[in-house]
Amino acid sequence: MTLGEIANKLSLSVQAASESLDTEVTGGYASDLLSCVMAKARQGNVWVTLQSHINIVAVAALLQLAGIIITEGMSPDPATLQKAKEERVAILTTPHTTFTVVGHLTQLGIVGTE
Amino acid sequence: MVITSRQEGKAKAPAAPPREVTKLQELVYELKIDQVMTQSVITVSPEDSMRDLKEVLRLNRISGTPVLRHGELAGIISIEDVIKALEAGEIDATVGEKMTTSIQTVFADETIIQAVNKFGRFGFGRLLVVNRQGELVGVLTQGDIVRGLLRRLEIDYHEEEIHRYRASHIFEDIVSDQTGLILRYKVQAQDFARCGEAASKLKRALERLGAMPAVVRRIAVASYEAETNLVIHAINGGEVIAEIQPERIRITAIDSGPGIPDVEKALQPGYSTAPDWIRELGFGAGMGLNNVRACADEMHLESKVGVGTRLEITIKL
Repeated sequence: MTLGEIANKLSLSVQAASESLDTEVTGGYASDLLSCVMAKARQGNVWVTLQSHINIVAVAALLQLAGIIITEGMSPDPATLQKAKEERVAILTTPHTTFTVVGHLTQLGIVGTE
Repeated sequence: MVITSRQEGKAKAPAAPPREVTKLQELVYELKIDQVMTQSVITVSPEDSMRDLKEVLRLNRISGTPVLRHGELAGIISIEDVIKALEAGEIDATVGEKMTTSIQTVFADETIIQAVNKFGRFGFGRLLVVNRQGELVGVLTQGDIVRGLLRRLEIDYHEEEIHRYRASHIFEDIVSDQTGLILRYKVQAQDFARCGEAASKLKRALERLGAMPAVVRRIAVASYEAETNLVIHAINGGEVIAEIQPERIRITAIDSGPGIPDVEKALQPGYSTAPDWIRELGFGAGMGLNNVRACADEMHLESKVGVGTRLEITIKL
C-alpha cells in the first residue's frame, strides 16, 4: 500500500512533500524517542510520532522512511516543513492519538517490523 | 594543583556481531502477495464431477483449485479429495459434494509475512488470494513464495554486484600504497536544528562511492548517534571525522569536554544525563551508544573529565 492510499483512508492531512506519497509502505513504527526510531525503524516504514521538531526529518531521511505521521494535532513549525520539502520526506498530520492511528494502520495490513 | 575529581575510562565493545536484519526477513515484510501469487487461476464449478476435476488437475499439472459458483468463491478442492473419491468409488460425485467450504483467504495487497503465518497456522497447501472487494484474484502456494523471494534476491544481488563494482572501481583508479578519503564535519553544540546534517552528508557521500545500501544504513545510524551526542553534550561542539578506505570506514567523534565521568555507566541502555528540555525533543533516550555498538564492527570510547571524549567506530565496507 502506498503512503497516499494510507493518507486517504485515515483522512490525514498532507503538510509536506506530497510528491513522496507514491512511496510503497513496507511497515510501521511508533515512538517519540529518536534513538529508538534509529534503532528499529526500517527503510520504507511509516513513522507515527507526536514529535514535530525539525530533527524528525533528519531521522526519516537517514533511514529512508516512507513518511511521518504526526499525531494529536501537533503542527510542525515552518522550519520542519521547509526541511521536509528539501529532503522529500512526506509529513502527514492527524488530530487522533498515536494509539488510534496505529490501530487503523494495523487494520490496513501495515505491520510492525519486529 | 591536585585534581581529585579526574577520572579516566576506557571501554571496548564486546565481540557481539553487529545487528542485522537478514535480507530474507526484510523481504517477507516488503513483498506483496500479488507480486508472487499465481494470477491465472483455473477454477471449477460445484456442478462439475470429480472425474472432470481429475482431468482439469492432470492437464494443468496442478494439485488443487478454487471452486466458483456463479463467479463467487464457494470452496476449494484438491487432488487429495480426488483420491478419496476414487477409494470410495464416488468419482462421479460432484465437486460441490466433496469440496472444502471453510476457506482461508489472504488479501492481494498484504505482505507475504501474513501468508507465511497462515500457512504455518493452518498447514494448508494453498491460500486463495482475494482483493478488497472479496473477488478471487489468484492462488498462493508456498512454492510461489519461495520462487518470488528467489526472484527478488536475484534482482537485489545483481544490483549489489553493480554497486560493488563501482566502489572498487573508484579506488582502483586512484593508485597508491594506501588509499583513503577523509571527510571532516564540524558539529555545533546545542544546534538541534542542524543535528543530523553531518550524518546525512556522510551517507550521501558513501552512496556516491557505491557502498552497499545495508552498510550505508548502519553507518548512517552510528554517525547520527555520534553527532547527536556532540550536539547534546559537548560544551564547544566537536568534529565527526570519517576516514574511508576500500575495505572499511572509521568514524571518529571528538570533543573537548565535559568528558564522561563513568564510561561503563554511559554504555548501559537507558542511562542518560540529558536534561528534560532535551528529552522533550525526543533526544536523550539513553540509547545512543547502544545503537552505535549495534551497528559497528568495532567501537572504542575514551573519555577524560575536563579533557574530552573520543568515540571511534569501525565498520567494514
